[in-house]
Amino acid sequence: MTLEPPISRVATDRPETAKPILDVLSLRKYFPIRNAWGRRKGWLKAVDDVSFRVAKGEILGVVGESGCGKSTLGKTIMGIHQPSDGDTIFEGRSTANYDPGQARKLRRHLQYAYQDPGASLDPRWKIRRSLHEPMIIHQPELDRDQRAERVSEMMRAVNLPETHLDLYPHEISGGQQRRVGLARVLTLNPSLIILDEPTSGLDLSVQATILTLFMDLKRKFDLTYLFISHDLSIVRMICDRVAVMYLGKVVEIGDTEIIFSNPKHPYTRSLLSAVPTVGGRRVTDDFQLEGEPPNPGNMPSGCRFRTRCTMAQADCAKAEPPLRADWPGQSAACFLAE
Amino acid sequence: MTGDTLLRVSDLKVSFQTEAGSAKVLDGVNLTIGRGEILGLVGESGCGKSTLARSVLGILPKNAARITDGTILFDGENLLERNEAYLARVLRGRRISFVPQDPFSSFSPVFSIGDQFMELMKWKSPEITDAQAAARTILSSRYGRARRRRDAERVMEMLSAVQLPQPEAILRKYPHEVSGGQRQRLMIAMALLTEPELIIADEPTTALDVTIQAQILKLLKALAAERNVAVLFTTHDLGTAWEICDRIMVMYAGQDVEVAGSADFFARPNHPYTDRLLASLPGAEGGLQGIPGNIPGFVSPPGGCRFHPRCDLASDACRTTRPGVTALGSGHAVRCHHPLGTQFLKEAVT
Amino acid sequence: METIRFILRKFFEDKVALVGLVIITALVLVAIFAGVLATHPGDVSTFHPADRLQGPSLAHFFGTDRMGSDIFSRILFGARITITIAVISVGLSVLIGVPIGLLAGYYNGWFSDLLMRVSDIFLAVPQIVLAIAIAQTLGPAIENVILALSLTYWPFWTRLVYAETRACKNETFVEASVALGASPFRVIVLHILPNISSGIIVRTTLGMGSTILTAAVLGFLGLGPPAPSPEWGRTIAESRQYLPNAWWYATFPGLAIFMVVMGFNLLGDGLRDILDPRIRRSKSNDR
Repeated sequence: MTLEPPISRVATDRPETAKPILDVLSLRKYFPIRNAWGRRKGWLKAVDDVSFRVAKGEILGVVGESGCGKSTLGKTIMGIHQPSDGDTIFEGRSTANYDPGQARKLRRHLQYAYQDPGASLDPRWKIRRSLHEPMIIHQPELDRDQRAERVSEMMRAVNLPETHLDLYPHEISGGQQRRVGLARVLTLNPSLIILDEPTSGLDLSVQATILTLFMDLKRKFDLTYLFISHDLSIVRMICDRVAVMYLGKVVEIGDTEIIFSNPKHPYTRSLLSAVPTVGGRRVTDDFQLEGEPPNPGNMPSGCRFRTRCTMAQADCAKAEPPLRADWPGQSAACFLAE
Repeated sequence: MTGDTLLRVSDLKVSFQTEAGSAKVLDGVNLTIGRGEILGLVGESGCGKSTLARSVLGILPKNAARITDGTILFDGENLLERNEAYLARVLRGRRISFVPQDPFSSFSPVFSIGDQFMELMKWKSPEITDAQAAARTILSSRYGRARRRRDAERVMEMLSAVQLPQPEAILRKYPHEVSGGQRQRLMIAMALLTEPELIIADEPTTALDVTIQAQILKLLKALAAERNVAVLFTTHDLGTAWEICDRIMVMYAGQDVEVAGSADFFARPNHPYTDRLLASLPGAEGGLQGIPGNIPGFVSPPGGCRFHPRCDLASDACRTTRPGVTALGSGHAVRCHHPLGTQFLKEAVT
Repeated sequence: METIRFILRKFFEDKVALVGLVIITALVLVAIFAGVLATHPGDVSTFHPADRLQGPSLAHFFGTDRMGSDIFSRILFGARITITIAVISVGLSVLIGVPIGLLAGYYNGWFSDLLMRVSDIFLAVPQIVLAIAIAQTLGPAIENVILALSLTYWPFWTRLVYAETRACKNETFVEASVALGASPFRVIVLHILPNISSGIIVRTTLGMGSTILTAAVLGFLGLGPPAPSPEWGRTIAESRQYLPNAWWYATFPGLAIFMVVMGFNLLGDGLRDILDPRIRRSKSNDR
């Protein structure tokens, strides 16, 4: 199965970013579905055979609707969930053969920024203590002053006054909580940060300042982002490449501009056409997609999208379409895409 | 703007009692909706748009909220002078209905959807006249078989109008057994069943995915036009407002700052706040700007125009007096001492 | 510091909790200064057969018992016994129950299941019956009462802590700490325990009340500290043959038990409201 555009193509597009930092290989995460007696009656395939490569310095967007498995994908890469199958190779090291604890030590430079950073901070801890914690865990050789210095540096980097260190998480605004969440993972000097819905729940004016901050930090600390979001207009604006997920599978992946201007997979097309564009054509005038995604515990045979697809044919029910890298800078998992 | 005004809110002031003091959540807000018009009420969280919507519905928390000034004229009658029983029996759910942000918590989990629809029709059916509704007693609550049958037909018609597959099966289900998109369709069906003149939709698509949102918006727009229902549509998402609104009104920190027809609004923002808000849209030219600073507190808000601490153009006048309404023609009005005017005229975003 | 001031302020707003706090503070002070406050400090172990069964008077506020001892003084000294039994046995059951609950709640697997099944077995037998059986076997002594109460009470904490740990473990901040690489010890002791502590504190306060009641029952059945101990339950048991004539004999020890148990319950309910994090958070969530 071809899963990815050959890395050489990325290399020709962006020679400076050709070095891979993360390889995800046939990653699967299945959750058991149990009946009332605790017997397993099936699997919920939250992430099902997902492979892609993230090059150093790029921003890869992962988009899809709720329940498509994009958050589970991020958490499985991070090691918060144990993968059911497959491997992730981060900075050249496989993590498949380690137990979760060891794998996390190896992945100090891989960090995860939570969707709701307010909830990811201990409500009974002052922000100062939460910011010290990662270094206490990973760099016990640092003394208090050294840690405090790094914490101050990170607070400056995320544009928060140091007086906020003495506040509790519930005493600051949502935008500020996000900055604290970022400062917290930045203390460990990560090279790749998985940003899980980093702008959801933020007001427009705050969202813009947070996105600016992401770009500043990326430049300053030489970061790579895996940007998980349902907001396509933001993904279009800041991501170099984008992977579209539907029910646990990547159905299309490639360069952002190519995918947004010429989507090959019918699902990507529907998704893009659903986004309201101010001043553009009104979605309500010509939106076509009917129905809702099927229950992920009871997936249709063959192509997962065929039940909602306007182009679906008999063949679509027989086999799952593989991701075809048939277009420059773009792969799609559809038999009918040309 | 449609000539026939359905709802006119004038100079509405609402304050909430909090531990820290009296929070002036609405500070002299004006709003008008014509019959059959969709008005988008846009603003960031905490701008008072939900409070305004709840004031019109008359469902502000009684112990905490106080309407200190203003009038709410609905079809010519001042709702603030009407008693609670009249609002509950005659207006709410009949002439004004509500579509909430979270349809899940608006259904009772222990009754089937069909039961909840019939319970609504029992009290709020369009066959009941205003006089009957107002004079409601235990005796008049009889639900005759003939009316029940006609109401059941209405329900089935409405369910097919909101494009729910297998309506009979859905009526037998319980709220947790249907998806979020279907629940929102059901909510819209309930809101329309009583043939209201005004629907207040409070962020009805915020909790939904984009593809579902597109379906729901399309549906709401079509049904509102078809039945000539006015909609007060609150949202924080400018894209959604663009999709379905005829006119858009922006609020900031409890003050109305600008109102304009949809196209005019996006093409020719005149209030500095509106301008900065549009510049914060991802993909807008010079995007990623944001607005430095935070929304002010309501207990001791800045005087005059509440946006002045974050505004580049702020002058002494802005700090002391709330700007009056400047009409800019074709229904476009702005409340600013220094409207951006034509020198900042922006090209239509495409 | 700020927290302490906040809690005190809340106490003054919640009058019922304040009553509980006053009663319990009074109890502790009485227990400490019993020797000073008692009108007849020697009466715990000495008899005055001439003064048997006298009603309340200025000389004997609560009257005298069958040995002629001053009931008021004996109740004051009984408070010492009650406090000792309650604090040590509740303390021991917290020390046993909380760690077991934390471990069983944090980890999944057969060992967690085993711990919980053991505590279920204890919970299956009514506490009072089990305590009577243990105290009966060990013989009447204050140490045995404490042992019987601790051995029968720890599973309540295990259950409580287990449930709260399970819930807390699914909180995002716990997952975030694990994702950062924090060790289980760190997560349990520094994150989970402080976040479930308010439940433990409330339960401990309420548990004091019910433990005092159970201890009084054991004393009443003759399984508590032996005579001439001024233990309240035992005093009530002694009074039975002199009722209803010597009404003061049973009434005042009974009132003492009632007041103390009620005090702990009021304090516990008050603490439940005061320590509720949702209520605390609303402090800054004003609009």
